[in-house]
Amino acid sequence: MRPFRFSRIESVSAALDAAGVGGSAKYIAGGTNILDLMKDDVEGPALLIDINALPLRTIELRSDRLYIGALARMSDVASHAAVRSSFPMIASSLDQSASPQLRNMASIGGNILQRTRCPYFRDVATPCNKRTPASGCGAIGGINRMQAILGTSDQCIATHASDLAVTLVALDAIVHVTGSKGDRDVSIHDFYQLPQANPNIETTLHQDELITAVSVPLLPFAHNSTYLKVRDRMEYEFALASAAVAIEISNNSIGDVRIALGGVGTIPWRSRQAERTLIGAPATRDSFERAAEAALLGARGHGENNFKVQLAKRTLVRAIEITLETA
Amino acid sequence: MNRRRFVVKISATAFVMYLGLRAAARAARSSAKISESRPERLVLHVNGAERTLEIDPRVTLLDALRDHLGLTGTKKGCDQGTCGACTVHVNGRRINSCLTLAMMHAGDEITTIEGIADHGRLHPIQAAFIKHDGFQCGYCTSGQIMSAIALLNEGHSLDRETIQAQMSGNLCRCGCYPHIVDAIADGSVTE
Repeated sequence: MRPFRFSRIESVSAALDAAGVGGSAKYIAGGTNILDLMKDDVEGPALLIDINALPLRTIELRSDRLYIGALARMSDVASHAAVRSSFPMIASSLDQSASPQLRNMASIGGNILQRTRCPYFRDVATPCNKRTPASGCGAIGGINRMQAILGTSDQCIATHASDLAVTLVALDAIVHVTGSKGDRDVSIHDFYQLPQANPNIETTLHQDELITAVSVPLLPFAHNSTYLKVRDRMEYEFALASAAVAIEISNNSIGDVRIALGGVGTIPWRSRQAERTLIGAPATRDSFERAAEAALLGARGHGENNFKVQLAKRTLVRAIEITLETA
Repeated sequence: MNRRRFVVKISATAFVMYLGLRAAARAARSSAKISESRPERLVLHVNGAERTLEIDPRVTLLDALRDHLGLTGTKKGCDQGTCGACTVHVNGRRINSCLTLAMMHAGDEITTIEGIADHGRLHPIQAAFIKHDGFQCGYCTSGQIMSAIALLNEGHSLDRETIQAQMSGNLCRCGCYPHIVDAIADGSVTE
């Protein structure tokens, strides 16, 4: 690990001041992602700012939104009564992420900012446009079984690894940030950046900005939602394909629906095409399969991960069925 | 100069050169250390005792426990949060001590495997691991036990499937999983 200065700060303004003092500074909360990357020399901040003392851990329903403080731990959110009853897909996505120990450590802000698990990104001896701009992509034509089939470019096919973020794009979340230029509310749809010319730039967050909370609107039919994760083993593994689905049923047809996919996109993947296919359609297997076709319309495999196109379709169909079974 | 004296002289010269090189290497190392790291003072609360350390900010909680405080019951397996051998409790919650910096735990209550027995009496989960033969080589065992104790405190249902899922952050390369699950199911009864 490269040497760094360590600073534990007690207020948001102190955090922003510290981050603004030039050089490369990084915030650390749970540390499960950044320390791992620092050990592998993928990250090497000159200054590490410990933000754990900040009062950003509250989880609460306020007027018409659920607010999750950026420093709330994954396990805190997963076990929160209001989250479990009003947003089962959020609780479920967290229950199915990482291990119990990591869920006790990792923060919500860190979870949505977590870096890809692409092996080339993590191996500094190999090319990776995300880690070292313009060095090339090892995964295209290389080991890519886990990599993305949606939102890829000729620069990068790395999968976004967060399960939680898949539910957040399904629920139109807002990322609340603060920075030296003031507070901003960023729609999650404007937060993540596709890896086009600059795969190293993953979000629209500015260098000194700090996520303070994530919020989702109280969507009445979100209590009827599912996060289905398909993976190589039943626990403690990243998704091969996953689907976040919330459905409003009216008279045996689909009233409203939210659909997002994980494990297959370079960013958490909302599928409005699939939603449009389903709204007003009868709740039949045939409708679900048409929605799945629509969701994967532009999908493209890169060899080892070709299977994900079919797997993602089946995952989505099954997630819709489960959501309706439990309605 | 006879042959014997020549050999002695050459050996002595080589030895002096070796000492010199070793001193130079040590000096280079320590000067590198001075320029690279700024040891900082840190007070940790471990197993109910206050411990003062002077450490480089890069030191993980795991390395602080093992290398600076001599608490080697907590093991280093993968050092990347995969295996769970380094599991300890921080403020009552189980975490991977390899993926957190010691500097981040000033003021926290840290409990390691050395801190769970009650005045020489094994913790019920420790006793249950022995009774059910929940290990072979034993390297992962302290992490398994710390994880199991936290699991019981978290209040999950204790059917085998849930225990397996909730122990997914602890690997055992000897493959003692069935006995580990037996020990936890039984330890939860006797606790």
